[in-house]
This record gives sequence, structure tokens and C-alpha cells, in this order.
Amino acid sequence: METLEQIKTRAERVVPGAQLTIIKNDSPSAQHSLLVAVEHAFAVAKFLRDDPALRLDYCSNVSGVDFLDAELSEKVKVKKVVDGVEKEVEEVRKTKRAGYLEVVYHLYSMSLKHGPVILRQRTGNRSDTVAVMSLTPLWRSAEFQEREVFDLYGIHFYGHPDLRRILMWDGFKDHPMRKDYQEPDDYEYEPTPHDDVCDKTKAHYPKQEVKA
Amino acid sequence: MSAATETSAGAVQTLTFPDAGQTGFQRRAEVIGVGREGELLEVAMGPQHPSTHGVFRMDVVLDGETIVKLKPVFGYLHRNHEKIAENTSYLGSMPYTDRLDYFCSLTNNWAYALSVEKLAGLQVPERAEYIRIITAELTRLLNHTCLAGFLLQDMGALGTPLMYAFREREKILDLFESLSGARMMCNYMRFGGCRCDLPPGWLDAAKKVVAEYPKFLDEFETLLSGNEILMARTQGVGKVSAELAVNAGLTGPMLRASGVDYDLRKVDAYGIYARYPFRIPLGSHGDVYDRYMVRMLEMRESLKILEPALKDIPEGPVVDPKAKLRGFRPKAGEAYGRIESAKGELGFYLISDGSPNPYRYRVRPPSLINLTVLEDMCLGQTVADAIVSLGSVDIVLGEVDR
Repeated sequence: METLEQIKTRAERVVPGAQLTIIKNDSPSAQHSLLVAVEHAFAVAKFLRDDPALRLDYCSNVSGVDFLDAELSEKVKVKKVVDGVEKEVEEVRKTKRAGYLEVVYHLYSMSLKHGPVILRQRTGNRSDTVAVMSLTPLWRSAEFQEREVFDLYGIHFYGHPDLRRILMWDGFKDHPMRKDYQEPDDYEYEPTPHDDVCDKTKAHYPKQEVKA
Repeated sequence: MSAATETSAGAVQTLTFPDAGQTGFQRRAEVIGVGREGELLEVAMGPQHPSTHGVFRMDVVLDGETIVKLKPVFGYLHRNHEKIAENTSYLGSMPYTDRLDYFCSLTNNWAYALSVEKLAGLQVPERAEYIRIITAELTRLLNHTCLAGFLLQDMGALGTPLMYAFREREKILDLFESLSGARMMCNYMRFGGCRCDLPPGWLDAAKKVVAEYPKFLDEFETLLSGNEILMARTQGVGKVSAELAVNAGLTGPMLRASGVDYDLRKVDAYGIYARYPFRIPLGSHGDVYDRYMVRMLEMRESLKILEPALKDIPEGPVVDPKAKLRGFRPKAGEAYGRIESAKGELGFYLISDGSPNPYRYRVRPPSLINLTVLEDMCLGQTVADAIVSLGSVDIVLGEVDR
């Protein structure tokens, strides 16, 4: 299979305006991935599926990932004048990163038996711009998995044919796989007609006598 | 390209997808378009139904006896396995993986261990590799045998085939019990090897089980494979084309019954599968009978791996001495590891941020993704066929719901 750089250049040539970024992976697995902007994701994915040299006809795994707002610290070597002598000093530079949600697709080829090519889509933030392109029209295998990501992470998918909750029940409000999810104290509590009746009866209770 | 979906009001609304391909969306449009006379009947099959293999519901819309719409509903067993794993250490999730597909705990363990080994770059000693393929192939035998029993149970062959299957399963579970201390929740693999060495006499006991297995398979197949009722109930039922199977991400026997040659034991050649020659049985029709036959033949191929592997297994350590049990912190990065479990591709996607807990832990459950085509399999067929089709998918709800 081609290297990720070659795939990137070819995809950028085929899809006009697409900007792909290679996300390095430092672990021994060395599975690097391609980050694609949401507006070009569908076209790039279609290229990956239909290109005769790649033929990534099998979308194995779709997973959501949540990244909170974070402060990244980087060690940078800076030249500084210390006691009249110029020295190289390590400095910690801190940058703030806004949180975002990610959807990761692991693509393989069943016909050519290679892979994985990892494709990532990133949302703008974690609150209001949380939509990405659905790849279900290209790979049916993403249908339930994207529903699961929608259910547990609250990421919306443009063009998904049947975007509903899948594991949690329909009336559930929150997205439990988010990193800042707070468990409610009591899952089972539901207001019942009985509660209203109890409140009403309180009006008829004798007033508590205050002892002198 | 456009496809039609039915709205809640019953009218047919046309939605446009950029490219739906040759998938089920078109087929659904054809079936709904058929002119009908009577009223449609909505039936909720399950969640408490003996043939749904657990707590699973199918919302079915019927035109007479014919299925025109089917929506699988699940999540009744959901406990957010992934969130639990993100809040515990890497090793702490190992016992939880047993509970995913509780028939195949040893392959679940292996898939998770393999992913962590990829993430941390651990090596597995020779003896542990042998133990891994031996236990994995025994698990495959166990799973396929039981599935054949359950499938026959779904068709109304109450008791007999299932009890035959469970008799053999118990022999393998005895092996697992003496190996790990538990019949089903084995918790046996570790990162970089296995938890402990084989107990004395285990290999001989395993050789005995493996040597007797072909006799059982012959007996089982005499009873079932040529059976007229079985053929009438399964042939031509629940068909999936090869194209749809690939597009819908089916894996395991479901995929190979549709004639697609894709087995991770050959493709990835993980572990030491490359050392042993075995063949991949393929179906040609993609119906329930093919799925049953593929599983039967796969068991014979598993025996071809087991017999030499049990002879060749070398002495030596069973765990990588570099692998740490306590204070295990892989470097920041990510890894996706996958194996061919009895049900299909079982994958684990892990992201590490350098802390003792995984930042992201994702299970790719084969049972869940194989259910994607359930509606396509059942449309236009009768309710009784839907039960058989579901049985042939081989789901375990512990894995579907996680």
C-alpha cells in the first residue's frame, strides 16, 4: 500500500480545496492518521473507497473521542543572557487548546487486503458546532456505529439516514461518554402522579403545635 | 441517487443520499412500494422472547405474514463498558472483556491483550503464543458448536441438538476451568503473555478432547447437515449478497458465507497462525444454510490447527519479563488491534495519554455490526424466517450492548 503521504497528496489533487493533515502517532503501533475538514470529508472518503489502488471498501471501526479544553505545555529551548553570558535555557511554553470532539474511522480493503487507513473528522468545539459528515451512505457498516457516537458523544452526522439513540433510551438527555459527564444521583427517579397527591395531602396535615 | 424511507405517518418520503451504493436502502424502497390490501400490523418481538438470544427487540411491521420493515432495538444490557474501562487501569479492564461475548472470553482477552501489546510494543514469548492459538481455536469450536445447537432450537428442534452441543461444550469448558479457574469468565491473558502456565496434564487432556471431536462432528452432521427439515427452513432464507456484506462490514462466518474470502487469521496473520496450513471455507449463496455449513467446516479446520499446535508447543516462560503488571503506563499514542474471534472481527481501539488509565477505550463488537443487515435479510420474508435469520447472525447481547 502507498504511504500516508502519497495518499494525502493524491487525495488533495483529486478533491479540490481539501486540506489533509497527518496526525503522527508516537506509539510502537505507528498507526498514523489523516485529519480531514468536515466539508471535504465525504469527497475524500469516496475517493479512498473508489480509488483503484486503494479500494478501501471496508469501514471497520468508527469511534468518537472527546478532548476537553486543555493547557498544553511544551519545552522550548530559548537563548537567554544569564549573568552576562548567553546560554541556552529550557523554557516551558504553555498554550491553551480549545476542546473538540473527534470521529475516527478505521478503513481497510477486503479486496486488496490492506489497511488500515485512519481518517479523522474534528468538530469545531464541544457545545454548538458538533456536526460532521456521515459516511454511512458510503459504508453501511458505519450506520449503527455513527448512531452510537451520536448517542454517547452527541456528535451529529449530516446525511445519516436514521440518526436516533441506539444504546440509551429515547428520553435520555445527556451524552455519557463525554469526559465531563456527571452521573445523576438517581437514574430511577421519575415524577409520578403519586407525588402530586402527596403534596396535596400536606395541606390537610394538622399544624404543628408550638409548645410554650 | 435517492432512496425512500417510510415516515412515521406511513407516507413514503424520498431522501437524497450522495451515493447510497448498492445497499439496502434501495431494496427497502422496492419492498415498501409493493401495493398492499390490508392494514399493516406492528409487532414488537422481544425483548423477553426465547428466540432473541437475550434481551433484544425487533420492531416488525407486517403485511399479513410478510415483513415490510424491521428495526432492531437494543441497549437493554448497556452498562457503558467503555466508560468503565476509561476509569480503571489497563489491566483492570481485562476481567470486563470476559463479559463482552461471554461465550468466547479467551478470544476477547486475546484481542484486548493484542491491542495493548501494539500500543506498548510488548513481545509475547513462544509458549504463550501457542497457548493463545490453542485456547482461541478451542473457543471457536465451542462457539460454533453451541451456535448450531441454538440455531436448531430456534427452528423448533427443541432440546436434542442443543444438548448434544452442550455436552461437547462442557468438555472444553472443563479444560478452561483447569487452565484459569473459571469456566466462562477466564481472565487468562495478560499483556505480553498469559497469566500462568498450563497445569500438569492439561495438554494430554486437550489432545484427548481434540482427538474425539471429529467423531462428534460426524455424528452431529449426520443428524443435521443433510436433514430435510433443516434444509427447507434455511436454504434461500436470509440471503446477503457479497457486495452488501462487504459494504455493511460483516465479518466472520457471516461474511464468508456470502463468498468473500477475508479471514484475519490469514490477512493479518497475527500470533503464529502463519505456521499452520488451514483453509477458509466459503459459502456461495449467503443464506442461513451456508452460514451453518461455513461454521461446521470451520470447526474441522480449527482441528487442523489444534492437532499440530498441541504437539509442537515448546517449554519456556509464558509472559514477557519486561511486561509490568503494576504501574503499567504505555507512552502516549494510539493503537487499533483486531483478531478473528468466532463471531467476526473483534477490535480494540486504545488511546493512551501516558497515564495508567486508557484515555479512550473502544470495542469494535462484531455482533453489533453484523446486525446491520438484519433488516435486509428479513424483508419480504415471514416472521418464522426472521427468527432463523437472527439465529444465524450469532449475536451475544453482552457484546451488542456493552
